[in-house]
Amino acid sequence: MKLYISENPAAKSADISRRIAADDMILTSSLPTTAGSRMLKGYMSLFGAEVLTRLDNAGFTLAGKANVGEFAVDLLGETSYFGAVETDGKLSNAAAELLKAGEVSAVITLDVNGYPRRAAAQNGLISLKPTYGTVSRFGVIPAACSGDTVSIMANDTAAVSEIFAVIAGHDDKDGTSHPEAVCETAKTAAVPIKRIALPVNLTEGTNEDVKGKLAAFTASAEAAGIEVVKVESDIIAVSNIAWNILMSAEVCNNVSRYDGVKYGYRAENFSGIDELYTNSRTEAFGELIKSVIIFGSETLSADKYNKQYDKALRIRRLIVEAFAELFSEYDAVLLPACSALSYGEEIRADKYAVYTENRFTAPASITGLPAVVCGSVQLIGRAFSDGSLLAAAAKITESEGK
Amino acid sequence: MKYETVIGLEVHVELATDSKIFCSCSAGSYGTEPNMHVCPACCGMPGMLPVVNKRVIDFGMKAGMMLNCHINRTTTFDKKNYYYPDLPSAFQTTQWFAPIAVKGLVEIKTSTGKKGIRIKQIHMEEDAGKLVHDIREDTTHIDFNRTSVPLIEIVSEPDLSSAEEVEAYLDRLKTLLRYARVAECEMAHGTMRCDVNLSVRPEGSNVLGVRSEMKNMNSIEAIKRAIDYETFRHIDAIENGTEELVQETRRWDDIKGMSFAMRTKETAGDYRYFPDPNVMPVVIDDKWYDGIKSSLPEFPEVRFERYTTELGLSEYDARRLTESIALCECFEAACKVTGNPKDCVNWITSEVMSILGVRGITYDQLKLDGNALGELIKLVSDSKVSRVNGRKILDAMFDDGTVSPAEYAASEGLIISTDTDLIDKVVAEVVAADPKSVADYKGGKEKALMALFGKCMRQLKGNCDPQVLRKALIAKINE
Ligand SMILES: [Zn+2]
Repeated sequence: MKLYISENPAAKSADISRRIAADDMILTSSLPTTAGSRMLKGYMSLFGAEVLTRLDNAGFTLAGKANVGEFAVDLLGETSYFGAVETDGKLSNAAAELLKAGEVSAVITLDVNGYPRRAAAQNGLISLKPTYGTVSRFGVIPAACSGDTVSIMANDTAAVSEIFAVIAGHDDKDGTSHPEAVCETAKTAAVPIKRIALPVNLTEGTNEDVKGKLAAFTASAEAAGIEVVKVESDIIAVSNIAWNILMSAEVCNNVSRYDGVKYGYRAENFSGIDELYTNSRTEAFGELIKSVIIFGSETLSADKYNKQYDKALRIRRLIVEAFAELFSEYDAVLLPACSALSYGEEIRADKYAVYTENRFTAPASITGLPAVVCGSVQLIGRAFSDGSLLAAAAKITESEGK
Repeated sequence: MKYETVIGLEVHVELATDSKIFCSCSAGSYGTEPNMHVCPACCGMPGMLPVVNKRVIDFGMKAGMMLNCHINRTTTFDKKNYYYPDLPSAFQTTQWFAPIAVKGLVEIKTSTGKKGIRIKQIHMEEDAGKLVHDIREDTTHIDFNRTSVPLIEIVSEPDLSSAEEVEAYLDRLKTLLRYARVAECEMAHGTMRCDVNLSVRPEGSNVLGVRSEMKNMNSIEAIKRAIDYETFRHIDAIENGTEELVQETRRWDDIKGMSFAMRTKETAGDYRYFPDPNVMPVVIDDKWYDGIKSSLPEFPEVRFERYTTELGLSEYDARRLTESIALCECFEAACKVTGNPKDCVNWITSEVMSILGVRGITYDQLKLDGNALGELIKLVSDSKVSRVNGRKILDAMFDDGTVSPAEYAASEGLIISTDTDLIDKVVAEVVAADPKSVADYKGGKEKALMALFGKCMRQLKGNCDPQVLRKALIAKINE
């Protein structure tokens, strides 16, 4: 079981409260960055991620690079070339295990397709996927750029808030980065969360454990004086269908650069440039990424673009509008983060299960809205309400303890 | 039956910005050592994000305005996907959905008169690198200096109908873009390249024929030969059924003088365009737009008109000056100082152009300060410095842009002497030392006077009004 793909031995002496890990989608110049892929095994970047520079300046020490699924698109990391993480025969996740083992106080993750939120939900941890554009993506291995968000996983909301305060902020090196003042707003709990909408049609297909967590969270919220109202949303329920199209297209485009020519894996046997490409990519990429490449390539093809990709972009706008409508009445939207609190044989046997399991995480990915996982459920808020979501999560978690 | 040729051009022009389109690497790739102007961004390494160079948008807008285009106030960037070793990220950032400029018009002049060529659109994009094949080692090397160098692609409507028109059109683009100082447009340097789309149809027909496309043409002579060849091939196919014409991309082999099929429409790559999520739409507000609009230069023909009518220059001189905006600007500044346009054009077309020729500097690269040139011309026309020494001073000004002509003339002793005692003294010495020449002159040999005159001038280091010297010399001989 490989929790770290590469480690910084010097970090052992650092105080646990200052010791962090980053998943292997976050580039470092001192340690290799692999994206969990054979393609980038041993790849040394010439530069590190902006988030890590900020954390370093704030006195945090990087203990190592957490194992991650290939390009972070899978369920929990099971597609990593360096091996899946399992505990007691059950599928787990490297970042979550590092936190539970007390190895680090927080893990910086890249939320491409929801893995950090699923991992946090299944392990009773906190994960914040901040508002898109509040944390720099400079120095992050690109996957689905329109949704990729540097996220934070930790044992409690206080640790998440502390890290978020350090890493959020404008960065000139990222063209999608918001102005400093807007990023600062996201850190404050300016708008208290009083009313939460629960789209019940999105809870369908979750098991009893998850339903129980939703009920418990609802009860705690109400005990804390926060109203939870059941609603329905057809359009939010199709988020993952549109997201699968957009994500696949973008990932396909972003991994095209790994062609065996400049760096990364190169096949030993080939004749001519076309075979160099084909053999290198065939040998180095795993099944799930190959399916993403094929699906993404098809959806962007001239005859499918209008029917699929362009339509997905339109649906993205409808989903943004649907959330805006909910936010005119409610301060947050409550959703499950996964269908089960641990994945059984059935879901693990399906190599492509993530394309449906991501229906709980896709709404926040496709809209760029902030999402906090706490109490094994997910709370989505207005853009830049990150601080408010964390405050609500803390408040509800506290009353749970009482 | 008579046929007409229908030609549309896609012209790629490298923008003359200092840095590349999405990173701060130098964009001046021509003639540098391989891979000297590269960074992780333009080498396609993961983790770098594109940050748009605002100058590229400025230049794109200028180009659009020079070609009378409508400027899209919201312009976006898109990704074009294809695999090739010279394209490190396996996608090219270009403009597919909302290009910077659309619907323009360029007027050309040919032997048959004036004609308007419609511009369909101008889009901005990044260039790819270069493959260098080493035959001895049987290897291919990649030079990324050119990757992400900004380009514009100017797409014309199929309004051109002959090689002569194509040449006139390319010339016109070159002139206009050079005037706006946005591009060098030098085919030999690869800063201007051209795709030729060609079909033929019966004269008077308004249905387009089957089109072939010749890619990456990089000399005007080759383009002309290719157009003639393709026109012949198309007509031959239609008239004599020599082959079935299909829509295809062809490669022009200038040595063989023939084109060869590369790929048909069916086998052409699907570029899978989609909007680049990392580059936010660029919104051009009124302030930005107006700023660029007001920075545009006067068109060459407007300048020509003004030079010939208001300034009284000959058409020949006006044409030579308006070849380059750098010459025009230098000329105009010099005129302001001297108030004598004819004198200034004379200096520029003789002395300045001669120095440029000797030093191998193009007209557009001229950096001479027009005010300083004006001061120099005035020194000469006021008989304070001789023309010959004026040329020396001009050379010094080319060596060092900070040289002031008056100060230089004074410090180097190049001011014309008005000291008649000195002139008389030199004349007396020269005449006394060369009785043969004096006798020859007196005997009717005019040339002998020139020899004496030259000796005097040399002794005076050229710092003497020739008229004054000549008079003094004749007077002395006739004493
Ligand atoms: Zn660069």
